[in-house]
Amino acid sequence: MAVVTTPGQVARTTAADLEKRAGADVAGAVFKWTLIGATTFATAFLGVLLLVMVVDGWSVLSGSLGHFLTHGFSQSADNTGVWQGILGSLQIALVTLVLAVPIGVATAIYLVEYSGGSRFARLVELNVRNLAGVPSIVYGLLGLAVFVQTLENFTQGRTVVAGGMTLAAMVLPIVVITSVEALKAVPQELREAAYGVGATKWEVVSKQVVPAGASTILTGTVLALARALGEAAPLILVGAATGFISFGDANWLETFTGPFTALPVLIFNFARQPGEEWAANAAAASVVILVVVLMVNGFAIYLRNRFEKKW
Amino acid sequence: MTTTLSIDELQTARGRRARASAARWVFLSAAAVTVLVSLLIIWTIASEAWSFASEVARDQLFAIGWYPRRGLFDLSTLLVNSAQISAVAMIVAIPSGLGAAIYLAEYAQPRVRRVMKPTLELLASVPSVVLGVFAISFITPSLLSNFFDDINFFNKLAAGIAVGLLVIPLIASISEDALRAVPNSLREASSGLGARKVTTTIRVVLPAALSGLMAAAIVGFSRAIGETMVVTIASGGGDTSLFNTSLFESGGTITSAMASLGLGTDQVAGNDLAFQSLYFLGALLFLITLGLNLIGNAIVNRLREKY
Repeated sequence: MAVVTTPGQVARTTAADLEKRAGADVAGAVFKWTLIGATTFATAFLGVLLLVMVVDGWSVLSGSLGHFLTHGFSQSADNTGVWQGILGSLQIALVTLVLAVPIGVATAIYLVEYSGGSRFARLVELNVRNLAGVPSIVYGLLGLAVFVQTLENFTQGRTVVAGGMTLAAMVLPIVVITSVEALKAVPQELREAAYGVGATKWEVVSKQVVPAGASTILTGTVLALARALGEAAPLILVGAATGFISFGDANWLETFTGPFTALPVLIFNFARQPGEEWAANAAAASVVILVVVLMVNGFAIYLRNRFEKKW
Repeated sequence: MTTTLSIDELQTARGRRARASAARWVFLSAAAVTVLVSLLIIWTIASEAWSFASEVARDQLFAIGWYPRRGLFDLSTLLVNSAQISAVAMIVAIPSGLGAAIYLAEYAQPRVRRVMKPTLELLASVPSVVLGVFAISFITPSLLSNFFDDINFFNKLAAGIAVGLLVIPLIASISEDALRAVPNSLREASSGLGARKVTTTIRVVLPAALSGLMAAAIVGFSRAIGETMVVTIASGGGDTSLFNTSLFESGGTITSAMASLGLGTDQVAGNDLAFQSLYFLGALLFLITLGLNLIGNAIVNRLREKY
């Protein structure tokens, strides 16, 4: 056996030895490939899901996509469409954002800028964290009891307004949590500089802090939107129509206070019907909602990466 | 010459002051709205659930199954089904979610991470109705029926697998945070003693992150119990279910029973016992998930203080 003397030789032999042993590290290799397998399973599943839905819904997607997207629900499987669901989902999303974003962002501003760690602020924080974990269907109960029944004079009962208010309550914690993180990331120097030139607290917040955190807040808002677009359970309790509905000759504004449905609720309805044709409709509608939700989410991720600030 | 400044001159303009204090009240009341939402949830659920609990006869809660329109409210049927489906979901989600988290936190090159993380986030956004459709159009007919001959078209196993797929991103994301919270000095010390990467990961990093990983499992379980649409589509389609413990049979859970009752609210509205059972189930679900989330949050907070 050769005797190694110089540091260079020692380093070379050690490196070679390590390399040899790394090759023999069976446990390590098995572990690593198991992990890669788990990660692949978790992520490749998204592709499988899309593929299955496209294949199952192909008869609708290839044959009558235009008709499918522009017509309302019909009792006959080869004549039905998702137009009313798309319209309902858009209207609900609009109501949801109009309510949840101002309240959520304002709550976050209070927590980060105004509270100073008061007891009330801690209560709000704990409360928001717990609200984030409440199952969506429980928000449906809130919607049914409060927005549909108690506030019937305002919402007109089972309407887009009641559904939107319900989903607004549901996504409110998401908006608050992401906005709090956005505002906390704004560096203290920005605030101090503004105070230093004599700005009031309101001016510091409205002219410096919120604009600086706006892109992250926007990302959170878009994620909340995606969540609201995909949710069906609370809307079922609030009374989204699962069958045929007619808007009559109501104009766009009047449909806010009439019977409504939403895209995920329609998918649920399609999935409940027996037979191949309804299954194809369910799959085709799933492709539609997947494309919409993945696009909205992809947009949020893009926004985050595009405007990610290094202070 | 001396000038005397009065307090009024030193103060800022009245309008600016008024705006600043008005803004404070606006933000404060927004924060109060979030508390109001919680109070409304608790108040509505509690009052209706209480009237159900006080009106229902004891033997109605122990019956052959869940038949709300016939006055049979066997809670054990729903609880057992919820537990079974959530357990299957955990068996699917924990190995995969944890494996993905370990890979992303310990092994993956930054380049791989930049692609994988957003993909997992996209997966988290798949609507649950779509997974329900996936369960009855793929998991049961194309996978499970090859292995099990006597499996029902609607069954708890497929529902559990689909719920598991839904929970993977959540578990992966919380677990990865827990693993990243483990200080690098621990890894370096272990490597310095000559431990291989796999030894460092399994013997040092995982034990150090254990409480956070448990929190991930608890929060994931809570999410699985609260999942509604997958179960309603794939297992608990009808509004009734007979007590059974077979994974190959259909069965309604707390959540799917609520959805089914909700579908019929037009018929059962009024002071009917079936209608109130909807709120009773909601109260039950609320308490279970709240308890699980409080435990999970407490663990995560303790972890945050430790490092």
